[in-house]
Amino acid sequence: MQAFTRHQGLVVPLDRPNVDTDQIIPKQFLKSIRRSGFGVNLFDEWRYIDRGEPGQDPAQRRPNPDFVLNLPRYRGASILLARCNFGCGSSREHAPWAIAEFGLRAIIAPSFAEIFYNNCFKNGILPVVLEESAVERLFQAVAAQPGFELLIDLAEQVVRAHDGSVLHFEVDAFRKQCLLHGWDDIGLTLRHADQIREFEALRLRRFPWLSRDFSA
Amino acid sequence: MVVPRTLYDKLWDEHVVRVEADGTTLLYIDRHLVHEVTSPQAYEGLRVAGRKPWRAGSVVATADHNTPTRGWERGLDGVSDPTSRAQIEALDVNIRAFGAAAYFPFLDPRQGIVHVVGPEQGATLPGMTLVCGDSHTSTHGALGALAFGIGTSEVEHVLATQTLLARKSKNMLVRVEGAFGAGVGTKDLALALIGRIGTAGATGYTIEFAGSTIRNASLEARMTLCNMAIEAGARAGLVGVDARTIEYVRGRPMAPTGPQWELALEHWNTLHSDAGAHYDRLVELDASRLEPQVSWGTSPEMVTSIGGSVPDPEAEPDPVRRAGIERALQYMGLQPRTAIGAIAIDKVFIGSCTNSRIEDLRAAAQILRGRHIADRVKLAMVVPGSGLVKVQAQAEGLDRIFVQAGFEWREPGCSMCLGMNEDRLEPGERCASTSNRNFEGRQGPGGRTHLVSPVMAAAAAVAGRFVDVRQLLS
Repeated sequence: MQAFTRHQGLVVPLDRPNVDTDQIIPKQFLKSIRRSGFGVNLFDEWRYIDRGEPGQDPAQRRPNPDFVLNLPRYRGASILLARCNFGCGSSREHAPWAIAEFGLRAIIAPSFAEIFYNNCFKNGILPVVLEESAVERLFQAVAAQPGFELLIDLAEQVVRAHDGSVLHFEVDAFRKQCLLHGWDDIGLTLRHADQIREFEALRLRRFPWLSRDFSA
Repeated sequence: MVVPRTLYDKLWDEHVVRVEADGTTLLYIDRHLVHEVTSPQAYEGLRVAGRKPWRAGSVVATADHNTPTRGWERGLDGVSDPTSRAQIEALDVNIRAFGAAAYFPFLDPRQGIVHVVGPEQGATLPGMTLVCGDSHTSTHGALGALAFGIGTSEVEHVLATQTLLARKSKNMLVRVEGAFGAGVGTKDLALALIGRIGTAGATGYTIEFAGSTIRNASLEARMTLCNMAIEAGARAGLVGVDARTIEYVRGRPMAPTGPQWELALEHWNTLHSDAGAHYDRLVELDASRLEPQVSWGTSPEMVTSIGGSVPDPEAEPDPVRRAGIERALQYMGLQPRTAIGAIAIDKVFIGSCTNSRIEDLRAAAQILRGRHIADRVKLAMVVPGSGLVKVQAQAEGLDRIFVQAGFEWREPGCSMCLGMNEDRLEPGERCASTSNRNFEGRQGPGGRTHLVSPVMAAAAAVAGRFVDVRQLLS
């Protein structure tokens, strides 16, 4: 997994509450059996005027000129500014895959849906929760200042703006370490394999019906 | 003194393998349900890393999201989309290579929506931790199991380690008292709850549903409720184990038998919240005052009763919410203050992990008996939740009632709940749907979804618009 330590980048505002993962990556693109190839279809139904189907040549698509990610002033943005309950709905990890592949490294919002929030950390994306009022001020700043950038420092747990303002955010210590180092969760967990095995042996002995096999 | 615990506390405590300093917990997973859309990358991850499933016997798999709902006589050739077919075949390959306790592949008579199949087969049992790469895994909490949806990286993590890195949620109690009026049920209750607390109202919580209404509800009705917990933001919904739970589980193919059944009962009978247990939030609802619900917008919280009307964004003081309502009305093609009963529909979908069980089909069929869908309804379809639900419905003659009413009687699967197969709305089409999400494009690009109960969907089919199903009850 790609580590996240400090990141400075252009901020793109997506001014809608309750953005769901069906919007982030529509269902027709979930049929891939790979982890890549989703970035071009991020926010497909908002981003393009023509109907999106798998396998299209991106060069032949008709971008929606009004959608915020298509505005020239936000080209190359790497930080998404969003509203509450971002990433609600389906558990599809294709959503953070699409976001990461598009080039977004962090998402700032007043709140996230839980499964999506988890999925971000597994894919090198930092979801930053800030107070609703702070997010509102950032929306205003982005609108007022073309080229508005933020610096996000995970180690210090702060978001810094050019005007010197500093916003602190919370993140679980364990997730933070994993993301700072780009650690693979499975590798970490398997260091405790003996403990899992011991727990499991006790549990399956106590509740033997949990390990019955019906495959025959 | 022993501190009284909630059911969630008990289920959590019983599965803790280890805890990190910050509270991050390694949680043991008893049952892992697998379907074809969110698992291929996880199995590929195992292959790349040279890992094997920790306990293949915890896996129960079925193909549901992509499977077609007709043309089964043509077998796999009936799957017209090659990418859908590739996912269905990939699941076959992966289960063959990595193993499972049970597998119900496409075309198997027991295949169906994973959240219908799990409880039906007894693969879901009280006291289990159960995960699946699907947000509606909350459904299984109706059996007193701690069940929640996970992402594909977590699917791989569970396959490889039999554990999940998780943080404990807060406890929310939704206490529901009173008897439902005729034509009203747990789907209406779920929608009304979400309308009240919002789609993020239970984020960070596990919801336990309790009270006399829940105690009197069937297991299937409880599943509908727990299914929609995720639409309120809660990863997991729960109902304590009682005699109804035990009766539901008894005799299921994968349920324990003999001495193990007795042993299981001993444990399952402890799976309820202790008196005096602490909840971080309490929400109370009166089922007797509840009316049939209809969603009008593009989020499940945008919902009202059948006697209500579409809101006027001008009346909303909060600017973000106002903009949300305006956008939703534009997408839905609705004018402010339109009466719900004046909204005409083009299609009807009865199905999904929310409402495709036998009781749902019975209830809808009761409304449709001796009636016919309105001329303006282009398509009305019933998609049973599983092959076994379908067979049971046919044995009861429900299929004939549906067909005589003008419905199409399809093969089981997720179908038009999310439109991954060919069952989709066309742009601008309006659908009365028993599914769980009315998001933009959810049932097909440009499609307009109104969430309702099975009986309300049946009534809408007959009238060609939303009507109060209570007027059709004999």
